[in-house]
Amino acid sequence: MSVKKEIIFAKPKGLTDKSMHYCPGCTHGVVHRLVAESLQELGILDKSIGIAPVGCSVFIYDYIDCDFQLAAHGRAPAVATGIKRCLPDRIVFTYQGDGDLASIGLAETVHAAARGENITIIFINNSIYGMTGGQMAPTSVVGQKTTTSPEGRTIEQAGYPIKVCEMLATLDAPCYIERVSTHSVQHILKAKKAIKKAFQNQVENKGYSIVEVLVSCPTNWYMTPQEALKFMNEEIIKVFPLGVFKDKVGGQL
Amino acid sequence: MTKKLLHGSEAICEGAIRNGCRAFFGYPITPQSLVPEYMSVAMPKVGGVFIQAESEVSAINMVHGAAGAGVRAMTSSSSPGMSLKMEGISYIACAQIPCVIISIMRSGPGLGGILPYQGDYFQSTKGGGHGDYRLIVLAPANVQEACDFTYQAFDISDKYRIPVMILGDGMLAQMMEPVELPPMRDLNTIPKKDWATDGGTGKDKRLVSSLRIDANDMETFLNSQQELYNALAHTECRYENYLVEDAEIILTAYGPLWRICKSAIDALRSQGIQAGGVRPITVFPFPTANFKELTKKKSIKVFLTVELSLGQMVEDVRLAVNGKKPVEFYGRTGGNVPTEMEIAEKAVAVLNKLKGK
Repeated sequence: MSVKKEIIFAKPKGLTDKSMHYCPGCTHGVVHRLVAESLQELGILDKSIGIAPVGCSVFIYDYIDCDFQLAAHGRAPAVATGIKRCLPDRIVFTYQGDGDLASIGLAETVHAAARGENITIIFINNSIYGMTGGQMAPTSVVGQKTTTSPEGRTIEQAGYPIKVCEMLATLDAPCYIERVSTHSVQHILKAKKAIKKAFQNQVENKGYSIVEVLVSCPTNWYMTPQEALKFMNEEIIKVFPLGVFKDKVGGQL
Repeated sequence: MTKKLLHGSEAICEGAIRNGCRAFFGYPITPQSLVPEYMSVAMPKVGGVFIQAESEVSAINMVHGAAGAGVRAMTSSSSPGMSLKMEGISYIACAQIPCVIISIMRSGPGLGGILPYQGDYFQSTKGGGHGDYRLIVLAPANVQEACDFTYQAFDISDKYRIPVMILGDGMLAQMMEPVELPPMRDLNTIPKKDWATDGGTGKDKRLVSSLRIDANDMETFLNSQQELYNALAHTECRYENYLVEDAEIILTAYGPLWRICKSAIDALRSQGIQAGGVRPITVFPFPTANFKELTKKKSIKVFLTVELSLGQMVEDVRLAVNGKKPVEFYGRTGGNVPTEMEIAEKAVAVLNKLKGK
């Protein structure tokens, strides 16, 4: 008797075979996969140009199989703007961490959004500077211990974390702003929908879309992977509530 | 051919557009604001892109994106703004992205003033941002050259994948002179860029990056760039020698200041003083070999470098002359520009000192 085999799950074509360098328990790799799946499913992988940031995901160009430019720290939205305006029929996206997007590159972030650039921003928020070894990020939560706030972030010394989605939602131009998380399978599936929609919007020339993705950093949070996901569920999403902050398009994919 | 009366800034824009520049990203700063103003009107007319960026930092990174995607792109700024661009220029140099950068110097440091100055010579010719790199730097002296050099800059930059800077000051940017404009370049004649991240289908994926994390990889790259810089001294170096054959004193200046120096040389000659001059047209590559050659001339007793700074190019002149002859310096700062008579008097004083008078 022959058994009929059907492939129901495989590595997306948009992911290369290169082993990722991410730490155990980090969910960057999951988000890479969601981006690659989205590009593949929308049939836009071959005409996509990604902008790699400075931070843990600096090597994203080794993992996602499309053209890439590596930007200086924080400048990815400006680089993306330069490409997209000149080549409007290509798909241009940035993949940036919280130090990159919400600290050193905040001006570039806000103004690309304010101009309504028809680009897609994947914003990875793990509330820490991962690559440099766990310093305080603009998104570190109050009380969070980091190597530059060893007693925990205090309001007196460092103020409050920056809520990027809420801030950008005050602008008129952005098309789509959503915050999602990667701490459970259910949330990862939701994140996939949001990321795909952010690319779909660009395909349809709807304008600026940003998806903030909460990601774990067990290494620099000094936690096990399981503890890190629990911490996200119990603490991080209290500060960074999930949901849609702006959606001019609406609908479900 | 009819000529048009244009500001230096406008001539720069026309030179760029006529050689295929189709993306301009800038930010207002005196005395170069006419460049973005002109481009905001001219770029859309040729189907190009114009963006007034949120900062000079952002503008240069938009150039990174556009030029990295294979489009001829340009930015423009003035001293404080150029300092902000240096981060991006360093990345662009390392990623080997051809582009054109217009630098209209004003007095500094700090916010300084807005008058003509040459205090950014070091920043322009020695790299400027972090790391080991050079730009090719052309210094026009008049409005026609502002147009022509900018036109040529795009071909030079594409050829070597080294950013080219047009270095001027408020005199160059704001003076008006008649210009013969070059014809519009057929974009199809611009060589294709087989490295550009243009998202084109049916090719291997491409990467434009300045990350060279492996020590040997970085060293190999830097060595090859250094070989290229060395070769530029033969292939791209430009200068003008003026009345050097029997000269006792050689005046050296670049940019519009050269024109005042040239008048000073004429004035000295009319007084029977054997003056001549050297004008570096490319300040990088610097015409070192030409200076070396001149030091062999018995007639030349002394070099006098004239700058609108405390003395920056004079270091390159001294390195080239290498102690064979005395090198004197005359500089005005703060935005003051010397007259031809002031320069001529300084030349006489230098000669008198030499002769023990």
